[in-house]
Amino acid sequence: MQHRIFLALISAASLGLATVHAAPVSYKVPDETAAFKPGANLDTVQNNCTACHSADYIKTQPRGEKFKRDFWAAEVTKMIKVYGAPIEDADVGKIVDYLTANY
Amino acid sequence: MLDRREWMKRAGMAALATGLASQRAFALDSVTLPFDNGERPLVRYPQKRPMIGQTERPPQLETPFSIFNDGPITPNNAFFVRYHLADVPYDIDPDKFTLEVKGKVDRPLKLSLKDIRKLKAVELVAVNQCSGNSRGFSNPRVAGGQLGNGAMGNARWRGVPLKAVLDMAGVQSGARQVTFNGMDGPVSDKTPDFVKALDIDHASDGEVMLAYGMNGEDLPVLNGFPMRLVVPGYYGTYWVKHLNEITVIDNVFDGFWMKSAYRIPDTPNNSVEPGTAPKATIPINRFTVRSFITNVSDGAKLKSGSTTLKGIAFDGAKGIKEVAVSTDGGKTWTAAKLGRDLGKYSFREWKLPVKLTAGAYELKVRATSNGGEVQPMTPFWNPAGYLRNVVETVRVTAA
Repeated sequence: MQHRIFLALISAASLGLATVHAAPVSYKVPDETAAFKPGANLDTVQNNCTACHSADYIKTQPRGEKFKRDFWAAEVTKMIKVYGAPIEDADVGKIVDYLTANY
Repeated sequence: MLDRREWMKRAGMAALATGLASQRAFALDSVTLPFDNGERPLVRYPQKRPMIGQTERPPQLETPFSIFNDGPITPNNAFFVRYHLADVPYDIDPDKFTLEVKGKVDRPLKLSLKDIRKLKAVELVAVNQCSGNSRGFSNPRVAGGQLGNGAMGNARWRGVPLKAVLDMAGVQSGARQVTFNGMDGPVSDKTPDFVKALDIDHASDGEVMLAYGMNGEDLPVLNGFPMRLVVPGYYGTYWVKHLNEITVIDNVFDGFWMKSAYRIPDTPNNSVEPGTAPKATIPINRFTVRSFITNVSDGAKLKSGSTTLKGIAFDGAKGIKEVAVSTDGGKTWTAAKLGRDLGKYSFREWKLPVKLTAGAYELKVRATSNGGEVQPMTPFWNPAGYLRNVVETVRVTAA
């Protein structure tokens, strides 16, 4: 995989010149690789969560007894109520089930 | 922003991408931050050296801690990256870039980058630290980006005082706050755009800066090219990247990222009993005072005899008065020698020669600011995991 940057950022600034002509920048982030764990309702999770963020947002969260169903239900609710995620009511339970079972 | 159909399409494509790719293709290696579930890939992005990959989309990159031992200035290619929303402006034409200044001003402005670069430039060395820096150490743990101590950096910023631009525009009487919006935005139009606000007096203090230069170069793309706000001493949430819209308002801004997010308890030390919620909150603001040992890491095995400990300290307002080091778990303390003063908003280096005979040691470092703030021996706690500044401990053995 080639991750190239097409930058012609310039450098009159760094050369100490007063005026600058800077070329357009086109930044290429690496291809996305973070993946959800396999599990029941994975499709529903992918269809609802990945438009706005990568899977690593989930897998890096704390683990343990306090970070089970209530925690994930609160996160999904936050995504809907605060961030406006258009998640169908019927999908909410599936997403919480998946997250609770797998993370 | 996307309508629902486009949004679903993107979701499907992302799902496909995540399903096909493997972690190894991306990660050079991995690091394990010292808390549960702390494994992260080391990732390579354009303009960056290998960084700790927190999230891919939007990108969040943490600085590997060893870099803070290289000197008081954090190189651009090692500087941490934090976005909230995934519509990141990856394609930017600096010649077409416009900064708009509007709202309660006599003369609304549209300034090009060239216009801004023609104004008298100022430089300032200042630490930028993410509000969530060190959140992974919060106990009990809390939701959010699980960062180690590397979501901070210190750079020499070059730009123009925000005050100069506000004066050009002519702030009207009755102005109360100034809001800042960048070119990055949400994927869905239902998600609140990332907009921050400062009180008018703060915005006009002559220190808050529109920065286009960082350590003698243009800003890296992921650090806000072509221009970002620099708010010395304040957490990074205010340092709006890709800044292109400044609005003077005559009320207190009530956008989500001020009114609901980035809040701290309105209590002494902005802390509450661990696991409880505060009754009232205020917007996060200045850094707490912190210090770190940078040349010895936890678990290190040292040769017994003389060794010199070194590290950094900083605060959010007045600069560092003293750094003290303990080699006996906090029973006795010795003042370290402070390094060159690069300004009150900068990392301040320190060093101290110590003698360690064979045995196990708990090394601690504690900074005191010129304002009299001292790092606490036990951590304060708040629900968002902000403001961490407990005295750091590094356990080593000498043999």
